[in-house]
Amino acid sequence: MRRVLLAVALVYIAAVLVLPLVLVFTEAFRKGWENYLSAFTDPSSLAAIRLTLLVTVIAVPLNAVFGVLAAWSVTKYQFRGKALLTTLIDLPFSVSPVVSGMVYVLLFGAQGLIGPWLRDNGIEIIFAVPGIVLATMFVTVPFVARELIPLMQSQGTTDEEAALSLGASGWQTFRRVTLPNIKWGLVYGVLLCTARAMGEFGAVSVVSGHIRGKTTTMPLDIEILYNDYNFTAAFAMASLLALLALVTLLIKTVLELRFADELAGTRRH
Amino acid sequence: MDIQVDKVAKAYERFPALHGVSLHIASGELVALLGPSGSGKTTLLRVIAGLESPDSGRVLMGGDDASRLSVQQRHVGFVFQSYALFRNMRVVDNVAFGLRVRPRATRPPRAEIRRRALELLDFVQLTGLDRRYPQQLSGGQRQRVALARALAIEPRVLLLDEPFGALDARVRKELRKWLREIHDRTGHTTVFVTHDQEEALELADRLVVMSQGRIEQIGTPDEIYDHPTSPYVYGFIGESSHVQAERKSGEILVGGRQTGLRTEGADGPVLLYFRPHHVDLSDGEPGLVGTVTAQRRVGGVRRVELAVEGATEKVEIDIPSGFPAAPGSRLTFRPGRWQTYALA
Repeated sequence: MRRVLLAVALVYIAAVLVLPLVLVFTEAFRKGWENYLSAFTDPSSLAAIRLTLLVTVIAVPLNAVFGVLAAWSVTKYQFRGKALLTTLIDLPFSVSPVVSGMVYVLLFGAQGLIGPWLRDNGIEIIFAVPGIVLATMFVTVPFVARELIPLMQSQGTTDEEAALSLGASGWQTFRRVTLPNIKWGLVYGVLLCTARAMGEFGAVSVVSGHIRGKTTTMPLDIEILYNDYNFTAAFAMASLLALLALVTLLIKTVLELRFADELAGTRRH
Repeated sequence: MDIQVDKVAKAYERFPALHGVSLHIASGELVALLGPSGSGKTTLLRVIAGLESPDSGRVLMGGDDASRLSVQQRHVGFVFQSYALFRNMRVVDNVAFGLRVRPRATRPPRAEIRRRALELLDFVQLTGLDRRYPQQLSGGQRQRVALARALAIEPRVLLLDEPFGALDARVRKELRKWLREIHDRTGHTTVFVTHDQEEALELADRLVVMSQGRIEQIGTPDEIYDHPTSPYVYGFIGESSHVQAERKSGEILVGGRQTGLRTEGADGPVLLYFRPHHVDLSDGEPGLVGTVTAQRRVGGVRRVELAVEGATEKVEIDIPSGFPAAPGSRLTFRPGRWQTYALA
């Protein structure tokens, strides 16, 4: 019985996870190394990689700061609307990314709520980089906060109270006591956030406008290349994205093994 | 530095924790806040520290109103029940924390901070453990680190929340004696919270007995033990027995019989309280009469459980171990020290 279950699980994982991943790489290398590398010399693809990194570099730190602030507020203070805030943080998990993209179009688009005002003032958001950044930020809001809230809840507030009673300011308390206590949870949350920020497709697709070399991120670029029957380039880009994901996963696993205690109490996604 | 608590009230989400509590603690005193859980003792300690702000009332320190000072400005040494040591710092860095976070103008130089932290570790008898992390220490050692850390800021008062709560009995006794020594040597005004009456009686100059957000009685261990002002304190401190009785022109009657006890006071039903070891067996003389329902040997004496005639409660008294006390036999006894409280 045990063997059967194990075999079923392994076959399933092989078929659903491993096989596609292997195919991505074999497809990417089908026409050899040179073709593979030439995919990355294409200016549009390079622009897509740059844009993805730019979006990640903006969205992840902002959400890391927000996540720490939100987790701090929820776990260290009592206030009205706390339950609402906790629920709102989860919203991007439950809403389809396409819907989140649509919201921004409705808000900032040409026909949108403040679209005309933006146009008059020469500010471009939809079909431009700011829109992509905003959409990415929206879908990655929960990662850091969700990682930290249970951790900080289990740690309580006495360490902070002790620091304050010893004369530390709020900032000193955060930097010297709270931050070291949540360090690994924060790193973990940031990793998950990064993986998602780089890979986000749906929300970004709605607001991007698909202008190759200008407003396409890596996932969008892959789609365009694929639809143009440029399979080698598409899979080469895909392999790079998959590689980034694998590295993230590797770091995450190492963290889990080394700091299991400090991550205990955190929810797995 | 003396502490004056002035009509402090505090409620948590409409559940009252303190009802207008007033209290004066003299400079250099060692005071215990004693009470069962939910009596408000920890809340009172946290209000004094500035970790909670009272809904009304004031806290004065050295005559100055401290109510508006933040916890940092109050300059109190607070030892938490769970110690709250910083787990990412070595022992010496824990102790030095309060000095390191000072603004540059008042911060001692690095070497001086380290020297003082090591000195304090010597003082709390943890020499040589400075490079350990808190997780590598025993409970008693952590407690000492927490105390050294609180003392490092040269606090105006020292506040301890259930300082021995998480320790085993032997370490607890040892640390109790040691805390008394520390207090006598440093002369800090010290307030500690405990639910353990033995600990409070042994350690404190004065006890503050609390119940349901109110102070029941304040006094020295002798006053609290020998002259409890309420049935609550009589029952909470030490061992006690009580029976329903009646006062008739100064005479105390139990079950309508003379007991030979007299007190001044209005006629009416009263509760008669006494301690099991403060009774004399009386032959011939009037007293309380009871039937033995159970007995057991306790150290040098025999503790007997009696059903007193005319009373519904059973009482316990101590009698000489050699005295015959088979279940069913009758005894007459009279409390040597006792107290009556009028039944409201």
